[in-house]
Amino acid sequence: MRTIATVCTLLLVAKGAVAGEDAVLDIEGETFITKTAAPAHMENVDTIFSGWVFRTDETQALQLDDFDNPAFVFVDQALDQWDTAEGSAGKACSSCHEDVSEFEGLKAKLPRVENGELVTLTNLVNTCVTERMGAEEWSYSGSKMSGMTALIAHQSRGMAMDVKIDGDAAPHWELGKEIYYTRVGQLQMACANCHEDNYGNMIRADHLSQGQINGFPLYRLKNAKINTTHGRFKGCMKNIRATPYKEGSAEFKALELYVASRGNGLSVETPAVRN
Amino acid sequence: MASGVKPRVKVPKKAAAGETITIKTLISHKMESGQRKDGDGNTIPRSIINRFTADFNGQNVIDVAMEPAISTNPYFQFDAVVPEAGEFHFTWYDDDGDVYEMKKAVKVG
Amino acid sequence: MQLTRREMLAIGAGAIAMASGLPAHAALDEIAEFTGGAEMGEGGINITAPEIAENGNTVPIGVEAKGAVAIAVYADGNPVPNVAVFKFGALNPDQSATTRIRLAKSQNVVAVAQMADGSFTMAQAPVKVTIGGCGG
Repeated sequence: MRTIATVCTLLLVAKGAVAGEDAVLDIEGETFITKTAAPAHMENVDTIFSGWVFRTDETQALQLDDFDNPAFVFVDQALDQWDTAEGSAGKACSSCHEDVSEFEGLKAKLPRVENGELVTLTNLVNTCVTERMGAEEWSYSGSKMSGMTALIAHQSRGMAMDVKIDGDAAPHWELGKEIYYTRVGQLQMACANCHEDNYGNMIRADHLSQGQINGFPLYRLKNAKINTTHGRFKGCMKNIRATPYKEGSAEFKALELYVASRGNGLSVETPAVRN
Repeated sequence: MASGVKPRVKVPKKAAAGETITIKTLISHKMESGQRKDGDGNTIPRSIINRFTADFNGQNVIDVAMEPAISTNPYFQFDAVVPEAGEFHFTWYDDDGDVYEMKKAVKVG
Repeated sequence: MQLTRREMLAIGAGAIAMASGLPAHAALDEIAEFTGGAEMGEGGINITAPEIAENGNTVPIGVEAKGAVAIAVYADGNPVPNVAVFKFGALNPDQSATTRIRLAKSQNVVAVAQMADGSFTMAQAPVKVTIGGCGG
């Protein structure tokens, strides 16, 4: 196992500068914070960067104009879903919520603890779907849910990520941190090995980012659809030949809180575009 | 593929007579290439949008024959001259026979 | 649509290695069909494409040939080289268009313009497609 891990380390070439570090993310006249001082709890990193700065010019450009950004096709579909009644109560989102803009600021604070439980945006939507609409729960990373969470998170675009890590959030945050630094899988790698120790380096043909989630849910060129945070975590774990946790599991929710807290201070970019 | 197909078009609402404007179009579509196989090794049949046209007051601006090499959610950007007030008419033709249309009026003045 | 790395490699394997001068043979046949075998000129046509594409699923390209009636685009390393044919109508001022295309591997993007006088002109741009790491 040690040999495989060593080979992997060698694939990561000498640390280079962050490409596009000076590029400015400006959408419809609004400038986004893509680089800022790391929050105090991060011991090994001084500056945090949005994943946007690690992408090529062409991929970056897709996010500069909301029309060019293919994610908005799915955000538009979610707007239709917003008005679509479902379930035994015959209610749509719009039956209770006047306008989706009332959720401005929500994404910047999530995940958070409510009634003793750590909840994600997906959990909040599903509570409405099952309890208020009387419908079947939406699948955690299915197209209905990923579109709807993108639409709702989009209302916070431009606001700084600001998740709470102390008080009743602390035990979840500690669990997330432990997962972040624990080596797992055949390749014996932790999140930190790529996204803290080697961001800015190439892993084969791929430019490693800090693994920030301020742009999620986001559009990936790889699969041409909206991708969720837990879906991406799953992909990472598969890449290191580990058995992924379940989407919506306590582990992934805790990891989402911890990773979100590593981005406190970066602008929400939802829906971002990545490779 | 008729479900969930949603066209988006960006056209300025106003132009000067004879002005050149830039148009952007995007439509949600899988553009299944016919090259992929499913989990059982069977080829997934091709299902794409094979043609896109843009006309203004009955005169053609662009007519595109599309192959499976066009990416998922097909995107086009091009210029058009607006000689007078009128309406753009955008049409996408699906392999399955469906036709998706969108119209956008442009004022002149 | 999602292509796994294995599928990408598989569909690329049948194609011919990247040519430095002329497009690969598969594309030449298709081009001859478009031109009817007419002589090919140079100049008067531009392709905009990235040198390195981060993901072959979505590669932004632009073509422009002032005075053309049509521009055909090919990807000479794809299993099917044809990409699109743009025909320009009376209200098209500059005979240019931008789109996003799929490239199965590193290859040439080729554009052939049919000019108003019936002549043809060609341009090509090599694009490297990166596969690997976590983006693959």
